[in-house]
Amino acid sequence: MPIVTIDDREIEVPDGTTILNAARMIGPDVSPPAMCYYSKLKVSGGKCRTCLVEVSAGSTKDPRPMPKLVASCSTPIMDGMIVKNTTSERVLDARNGVVEYLLMNHPLDCPICDQAGECHLQDLSYEHGLEKTRFEFERRTFEPVDIGEHIKLHMNRCILCYRCVNTADQITDKRVHGVLGRGDHAEISTYIENVVDNDFSGNVIDVCPVGALTDKTFRFKSRVWFTRPMDAHRNCDKCSGRAAVWLFGDEVLRVTGRKDQWGEVEDTPEGNSGFICNTCRYDKKSLADWTVEGPRYIDRHSVISQNHYELEPAEQPKSLK
Amino acid sequence: MPRKLLLEHDKVEGIRHIDTYMKHGGYRSVEKALKKMTPEEVVEEVKKSGLRGRGGAGFPTGMKWSFLAKPEGVPRYLVCNADESEPGTFKDRYLMEYLPHLLIEGMITSSYALGAKVSYIYIRGEYRWIYEILETAIEEARAKGFIGKNILGSGFDFELYMQPGGGAYICGEETALLESLEGKRGNPRMKPPFPAVKGLWGCPTVVNNVETIAAVVPIVNDGGDEYAKIGIGKSTGTKLISACGNIKTPGVFELEMGLPVEEFLNSDEYCGGVAHGKRLKAVVPGGSSVPIVPAGLFYKNIKGEDRLMTYESLADGGFASGTMMGSGGFIVYDEDQCIVRNTWNFTRFYNHESCGQCSPCREGTGWMLKVLDKIEHGKGATMEDIDLLWDIQRRIEGNTICPLGDAAAWPVAAAIRHFREEFEWHVKNPQLAQTKSYGLVGETKYETASA
Amino acid sequence: MHSTKPSHSKAAVVFTPEMMAQVEHFTKQYPAGKQKSAIIPLLHIVQKKYGWVSVEAQDKVAELLQLQPIEVYEVATFYTMFHLHPVGQYVLEVCRTGPCMIVGAEDICKYLENKLGIKEGEITADGLFTWRTVECLGACGYAPMMQVGDNFHEYLTPEKMDKLIGDWRNK
Repeated sequence: MPIVTIDDREIEVPDGTTILNAARMIGPDVSPPAMCYYSKLKVSGGKCRTCLVEVSAGSTKDPRPMPKLVASCSTPIMDGMIVKNTTSERVLDARNGVVEYLLMNHPLDCPICDQAGECHLQDLSYEHGLEKTRFEFERRTFEPVDIGEHIKLHMNRCILCYRCVNTADQITDKRVHGVLGRGDHAEISTYIENVVDNDFSGNVIDVCPVGALTDKTFRFKSRVWFTRPMDAHRNCDKCSGRAAVWLFGDEVLRVTGRKDQWGEVEDTPEGNSGFICNTCRYDKKSLADWTVEGPRYIDRHSVISQNHYELEPAEQPKSLK
Repeated sequence: MPRKLLLEHDKVEGIRHIDTYMKHGGYRSVEKALKKMTPEEVVEEVKKSGLRGRGGAGFPTGMKWSFLAKPEGVPRYLVCNADESEPGTFKDRYLMEYLPHLLIEGMITSSYALGAKVSYIYIRGEYRWIYEILETAIEEARAKGFIGKNILGSGFDFELYMQPGGGAYICGEETALLESLEGKRGNPRMKPPFPAVKGLWGCPTVVNNVETIAAVVPIVNDGGDEYAKIGIGKSTGTKLISACGNIKTPGVFELEMGLPVEEFLNSDEYCGGVAHGKRLKAVVPGGSSVPIVPAGLFYKNIKGEDRLMTYESLADGGFASGTMMGSGGFIVYDEDQCIVRNTWNFTRFYNHESCGQCSPCREGTGWMLKVLDKIEHGKGATMEDIDLLWDIQRRIEGNTICPLGDAAAWPVAAAIRHFREEFEWHVKNPQLAQTKSYGLVGETKYETASA
Repeated sequence: MHSTKPSHSKAAVVFTPEMMAQVEHFTKQYPAGKQKSAIIPLLHIVQKKYGWVSVEAQDKVAELLQLQPIEVYEVATFYTMFHLHPVGQYVLEVCRTGPCMIVGAEDICKYLENKLGIKEGEITADGLFTWRTVECLGACGYAPMMQVGDNFHEYLTPEKMDKLIGDWRNK
């Protein structure tokens, strides 16, 4: 199997693995951020450009560097490839630029955004952004709209990752929303008054990296860091019934898919899709509906882990051991 | 007399029709290729010719052809890129309008070489009347047996179809074109896979520009070696240049590679010089996306050698002092033209034409436009805005899925690089700059307000 | 405030037999199952008939090609030749890009604005005209220029514009 070096760390990976997935196999510290790529979707990635990396040697056979930075999510590795992620000044500079472009027209309304605390754009800006914007013009704005009975679309916050469109293509029969318009006027929309109402449509909320698509049943109920996510399951005839229920006291404020360390809905242990159905997501808001397995593991860097968690031993800071 | 390989008969009356076209030697390449040559031999001649893609990138055509995957039982396609939309470029339109059969002949011969039984001409939707000219020409070619089953008894079956675009510059990018031909938004695809492996409907596909395909005709007729005798080094054959802007005789010219740019611009045979007795300020020689060069760097490179109409000579000096051949859209600016205004205009174009799928181009072009609008229209720009503009373009370039990002960044970079004083003059004289033009590099006729 | 707003047509959208023949001309030029390719040609066909492309027209295209309507909406809103709202009988599309601009395209626009008494994108009271600016149409050497329907009008001057507009008014 080919061997690739990423930020001075080597790993052997199966043929055809992308740089990003090879990096994820090594660990989060060398993994480029990804705002549009989503490993559980057959089609995704390439668009946001946050995962750009430098390839300083193409392969053992042809060790020439690649002239341009490449999207790690869609570039397959070659044996002997040497990749620089955070060890490359060029990459950090480009990524800083991408963050600036993504935030340019973003409303920065985190204080009133339900995604705050679990927003990939927040994390990205925190790690790679500037303290202050250099964009001094009026921002692009759209009215918030309901694109489904339970889905609110805040186009102002959207980064056009296309994940929700790809999700609808992949797991629903008749897609009714898409990307309309062109260039910096492009938007997610149903065009005519229409509702996204397929049984699995709620998953567009889970795949959205920002607060563009949020769950109306959770809207303004609480900040995520005041809630306690629990792994829970129920017998469901539509989906696996494996979910995360977000509790406030004994109240189920929200139900989502179980997200892994990359923020993606994880597969079931049997290898099936972990995307949940709308019944589980919206209609099962009583603790009695669920068998609670225990606290959902949350990375200690996350604001959500602040309050209520017993950390996994391996993750405990030394002082606590 | 310079040799003409493509436009030799463009002025002949009735040349749009097949009988006249054949009287002047038309469709010989089809006869020769299908009856006397194997497909591989045709590819070999194209390789020998040194022909390079005439759409803008200048990639060797023979090499592109030889990359085409040929799995058993999978159709292959040749797609002609007639989505000409690079500002300053109107050569393909001219060729198709006056010599439609030259393109169709090239399509048949090239498709034979590539083993494509079905080919498409994707033509920009605005060229409606040319679509009709080509449609008539295709019917004439079919009636003569050049299209259809078992052409000239060779056993080669071939169909040629046309597809209009809907108004999108981005569809001139080959993978966006393929998306559009599949009935989708013109979002460029990630490469790899390249179209040669996975192109139209997932099948191996070659996408070539109109002029490139037309050039295959003389290459097959006279041999690749003969073609390669014209020109200098890796710039072989003839090139169509569409010249416009402030010149006496705008139009489409066929020239032999290697013609000095000074002769091209000033000779009556070509552009006839700058119009109205004015002085030359700058040239964008290869379509709006290539770097603008001031007069002082145009005629001669920094080594003092004459600049020639070749890929290499125009690019001599890199982006610091050179430019590119690009698509052959030759735009000339006289001393009264405002570079800031032109840069603002081009940036508006790229912002308008960005497909919007990747963030640096979608957001960056809009931001550049807003900053340029501020500088150009006297809305309180500062010197820092010029640096900001530089920084925005710098982080678009090279970081996008397709070359539109580069195409948007280069004109801004080159304008600041060579005309920074003019940008600064705009910042210092926001009112004056609304009515007066700065003039040539380093010699403004108008005092700055602070002076 | 941005948003791609749909416009609805008052009358039913009908494909005449002549239009259906054109539809078939296109659908048969692609391999089986690839009829989606015909979206842009069909949008042109319907725009030619009705002057613009309403939601109903897009739905009809989707129906003819057996596609989800959103697939057609995504395409129709991407390509700038399609008028998604009603327009005048003659749509005067003036090129505004660099090579046209430096030889007077802006003056042509000002002239049109005065002559027709409407701003860019509006329709004259008699329903005859709409004018708008467009990006490079590939006539840079014959500038300034505009496209009206299937035709290019080049080397524009006020006199030439007067004559063209006069002719259209008298038609």
